[in-house]
Amino acid sequence: MTATTTMDATPISHEKYEERAFGFWIYLMSDAIIFALLFATYVVMLGNTAGGPTGKELFSLERAAGETALLLLSSATFGFAAVALANADKSRSLLWLLVTVALGAGFLFLEFREFRGMIAQGAGPDRSGFLSAFFTLVGTHGVHVSIGILGIFVIIGQVLIKGLTTPVVSRLARLGLFWHFLDIIWVAIFSVVYLPGLF
Amino acid sequence: MDVSGFPVERSIRPYLIGLGLALILTAIPFALVATHALPRLTTLVIIAIAAVIQILVHLGFFLHIGFRSTPRENLIAMAFAAVLIVFMVGGTLWIMFDLHHRMMV
Repeated sequence: MTATTTMDATPISHEKYEERAFGFWIYLMSDAIIFALLFATYVVMLGNTAGGPTGKELFSLERAAGETALLLLSSATFGFAAVALANADKSRSLLWLLVTVALGAGFLFLEFREFRGMIAQGAGPDRSGFLSAFFTLVGTHGVHVSIGILGIFVIIGQVLIKGLTTPVVSRLARLGLFWHFLDIIWVAIFSVVYLPGLF
Repeated sequence: MDVSGFPVERSIRPYLIGLGLALILTAIPFALVATHALPRLTTLVIIAIAAVIQILVHLGFFLHIGFRSTPRENLIAMAFAAVLIVFMVGGTLWIMFDLHHRMMV
């Protein structure tokens, strides 16, 4: 830890953080490719319902709209947290991060209820190829959101304990990219899975 | 540009603009599906267009991607990922639906 703090003072550290930002960006792009292929799998499997329920019978427009609203708002509140941090307003930044966590948790709660309801009515991932692809795609996104929430808790802890040091600020910036990226994936999910499925 | 290697935003304005645009671009396709106002193909095309515009809005206002502000290598990585996605997703759909079509005969 002392090594990092002394390194902060040198001009080399700036390049180092840019390198990390670039590395994280590469990770996001590879994640985008994973999701793109899960989308491709979903579209290929769309017709393979094996006599089981289709999206029209399983999806709910209200729930999809609720999930969308929660995740979109959480993306904006993370932005507010980043802005507060840039203005060195620690308490406001923490407040917005907590709001982001609450919205993200609300999203996960709705998704969890949706999954549980589907499995309870015999439409689990084992029912058909279509449902396997659905649970893989939407579930992978849900796992990402869960990890994002965990990341926000870690960042909240670091801001509280370490304060607004350079490593903490740079971590928050990367976590923000991750969180906004997940919202983009969700836009693709409701546009490919829920809306066409319900029309 | 700051320590994080990304442009730093000191005002919530871009987030509010992005949120407003995203809400509009979400409301349009959801309203179309809720009301069934238009035929299926038209609705699907509008959903697709709204999604593409919304993703660009998110990239611009939330991730602050810009042709000048974002480091060149990040843009190149993004373009490369986009090319891979087009090839792999397009190729998958082409091959699988062609196969499906031939198996149905």
